[in-house]
Amino acid sequence: MTGVPAIFGWLWLEPAIPFASALALLAVGRALGKRATAWLGTGAIAASSAVALRVAWSYAGTGGRGFTLPLWQWFAVAGFAPRVALYLDPLAVVMTLVVSFVSLLIHVYSTEFMAGSEGYARFFGYMNLFVASMLTLTLASNLLLLLLGWEGVGLCSYLLIGFWYPDEANGYAGRKAFIVTRVGDTALLLGLFLLFNRLGTLNLQLLMQRAAAHWAPGAAAAETAAFLLLGGAVGKSAQLPLQTWLPDAMAGPTPTSALIHAATMVTAGVYLIARTHALFALAPAAMSAVAGIGLATLLLAGCSALAQHDIKRILAYSTISQIGYMFLALGVGAWAAAIFHLMTHAFFKALLFLAAGVVIQAMHEEHDIFKMGGLRRTLPLAYWCFLFAGASLAGLPLVTAGFYSKDLILWSDYASPLGSTGLWIGALVGAFLTALYIFRLIFVVFYGPEREPPGHRPGPREQWPMVILAFLSMLAGFIDLPRALGGGDWLSRFLQPVLPTLAAGRVTELGELATDAIAGLVFFAGLYLIWLFRLQRPALTAALMAGAWPQRVQRFWLAGWGMDWLYEQALVRPVVAAARTGRNDPADAIFAGAGALTRGLNRGLSFWESGRVRRYAGWIAVGAIVLAALAVLG
Amino acid sequence: MSLGLPGWGLVLAAALFALGLAGVLARRNLLMILISIEVMLNAAGLAFIAAGAAWNQADGQVMFLFILAVAASEVAIGLALALRLHRETNSLDADAASRMRG
Repeated sequence: MTGVPAIFGWLWLEPAIPFASALALLAVGRALGKRATAWLGTGAIAASSAVALRVAWSYAGTGGRGFTLPLWQWFAVAGFAPRVALYLDPLAVVMTLVVSFVSLLIHVYSTEFMAGSEGYARFFGYMNLFVASMLTLTLASNLLLLLLGWEGVGLCSYLLIGFWYPDEANGYAGRKAFIVTRVGDTALLLGLFLLFNRLGTLNLQLLMQRAAAHWAPGAAAAETAAFLLLGGAVGKSAQLPLQTWLPDAMAGPTPTSALIHAATMVTAGVYLIARTHALFALAPAAMSAVAGIGLATLLLAGCSALAQHDIKRILAYSTISQIGYMFLALGVGAWAAAIFHLMTHAFFKALLFLAAGVVIQAMHEEHDIFKMGGLRRTLPLAYWCFLFAGASLAGLPLVTAGFYSKDLILWSDYASPLGSTGLWIGALVGAFLTALYIFRLIFVVFYGPEREPPGHRPGPREQWPMVILAFLSMLAGFIDLPRALGGGDWLSRFLQPVLPTLAAGRVTELGELATDAIAGLVFFAGLYLIWLFRLQRPALTAALMAGAWPQRVQRFWLAGWGMDWLYEQALVRPVVAAARTGRNDPADAIFAGAGALTRGLNRGLSFWESGRVRRYAGWIAVGAIVLAALAVLG
Repeated sequence: MSLGLPGWGLVLAAALFALGLAGVLARRNLLMILISIEVMLNAAGLAFIAAGAAWNQADGQVMFLFILAVAASEVAIGLALALRLHRETNSLDADAASRMRG
C-alpha cells in the first residue's frame, strides 16, 4: 500500500511490549529487586506510550482512513479463519493514547504507592498484562480478538481486586466482579455467535458494512445482536443491572481502582458500543435501551454516591454514574461526545483516585471520610488535586475539561434527533447530584476541624503524575471546544470519519449556549447547596438527618438501592440452596436406598448370629417349647 | 392324684430335663454345660424307661441303651472341644468362643 507511514508496521509493539514485560515480571519477578521491577514495569508502558504517540503523530496526517495491520492467521476451522490483525482509525488512536498515557502515569505513581506492599513484581506484572489486554481490545480488527482483550482485562481486574488475597473479603470481591461481569460476557459471546451466524464474519469493518447492507433498520436480528452486545457492555461498564460489582472492586489497591475501575477498563463497554455503532444505528429499541440504562444508572449511582462513607466507594459510584453519562450519549447517537467524556473522565477520575490514595495512605489506611477532616493545610497537593478533579467531574463552567465533555452530552441529549427534553432534564439532575456528592466529599475530608494528623506524605513519584493529571483534567476539554464558544471541536472532527454525527437535530427552543449556561447554573446550585449544608450551616444537615425518612433513604442509598440484597435473595440464595441439596445427590436416592436396605437387613439378621453357644441353645429351647406347645394344645 | 410309678418317673424326668436345660443356659463354664447336657440326656433316658415300664415294652430300655451310646460319644467330642477351646482362649468360658459372630 502506498501512503502508509512505515511506523504503522510497528503497531503490534503497543500491546506486545507490556505483554512481554508482564510475562517477564510474573515469571522471574521475585528474582528482580524492587528497583529493577519498577523500571521494567514502568519502562514497558513508557515504551508502549512512545509507540502510541509516534503512531498518532504519523496518523494525524492521513486524513482519518482506517489501516489494517494483519499479523497472522489465528486458526482455521470449517471456513472460520479469524486473523490476528490490528486496526488503526481515529477512534483507536484516541483510545490507545488515553489508555497508554493514563497507564503510564499510574504506573509511575504505583512505584511509590506500592513500595511497602507484598508482591511488588506481581502487581506490576498484572498491571502490564492489563495494559497489554486493554490495548489489544482497542486495536483489535475483529470481534474475536477484541473478546480476547476483553476477557484479558477481566482476568487482570479479578487478579488485582483480589491482590491482597490473604484477606478473605478481597478474594470474595474479586470473585464477585468476575462472576457478575461473566453474565455480561456470556451475552457478548452469544452476540458474536449470532453476528457470525448471520453475517459470516467477525471482522469489525466488514461486519458493519454487511449489517447495514443486510438488515433494515429495526430488523429483529439487528435488535437482538445489539441487545446482546449491550449486555456485554453493561457488565463490563458496571451499568444497571450489573453495576453491583464495581463498588466492591474497591478492595483492590488504589492505583488499580484508578486505572482499571475508573479510567480504562470500565469504559470498554462504551468503546464496544462506539465501535459497533453502525449496528446500534440499525436497532432503535437497543439505542433507547442504551440511553435508558445510562440515565437510570447515572441517577441511581449519583444518589448512592451521596450516601457513602467510604472515600473509594463514593468515587466508585461516581464512576458508575459518569459511565451512565457516556451510555446516555451513546444512546442518543452522540458517539463522539461519549468518547470525549470517556477521555476527560479518564483524566479526572484517575486523578481523584490517586489523590484518594494519598489521603488514605496519610490516614493510615482509613477509608471513612467522617474520620478525616481539615486536611486542606496538611495535604495541600491532594487538596488541590481533589478540587481540580472534583470541579472537572462536576463541570465547573468554562475552565474544566469535564464541563465541556458533559455539556456536549447534555446538549446532544437535548438536540439529537434521538434525544428528548426528558433525557436532558434527567441528565441535569445527575449533574446536580454530581456537584453535591463530590463537594460533600471535599468539604468533609479537607475542611472542618482536623481529626487525625496525616502520617505518610506523598513523594515525587506520587506527586508528579497527579500534577500532570490535574493539568489534563483542566485543559483536555479544549481539544473539543464547542463552536458556540468559539472553539473548533477538533476531537469531534478527528473522530468524524469513524463516528459520524447524527444528521439533523431536533427543533429546539434553546441553543447550545443556553443549555451550557443552564448546566453551569445547575453546577453552582449544587455547589451552593452542599456548601450551605456542610460548611456554612452544618446544623441544617443535622436537622435534615434527624428525621426517620431521611435516615431510611440514606441507608437505602448506602446499600446501593438494595440491589445486592435483591441479588442475594433472588439469585445467590437459591443457587446456594440448590448446591447444598445437590451435594447429597438426591438423584441417587434409589440406588443408595437399595444399598441401605441391604445393609439394614444384614444388621437385622446378624443379630441372631451372635456366636454365643448358650444363646443358640436358649433359642433352640424356646423353639422346642413352642413346637411342643403347638403339638399338645393344637 | 394317682400317677403311678411311671407317671412319677415322667415327672422326675421332666424336672431333671428342666434342671439340665437351665444349667446349659445359665452356666458359662463349658464343663458345667457338658455336665448339664448329660443330665438332660439322662432325663430323656429316664423318660424312655418310664414309658417302657408304662406300656410293658422293652423298646424303652433299647432306646436308653442308644442314648447311653450317644452320651458317651458326645462326651468324648465335647471334652475334646473343651480342651481345644482351653488351649485357644486360655479359659473355659463358652462365650469366649464367639469370634465368628455376624
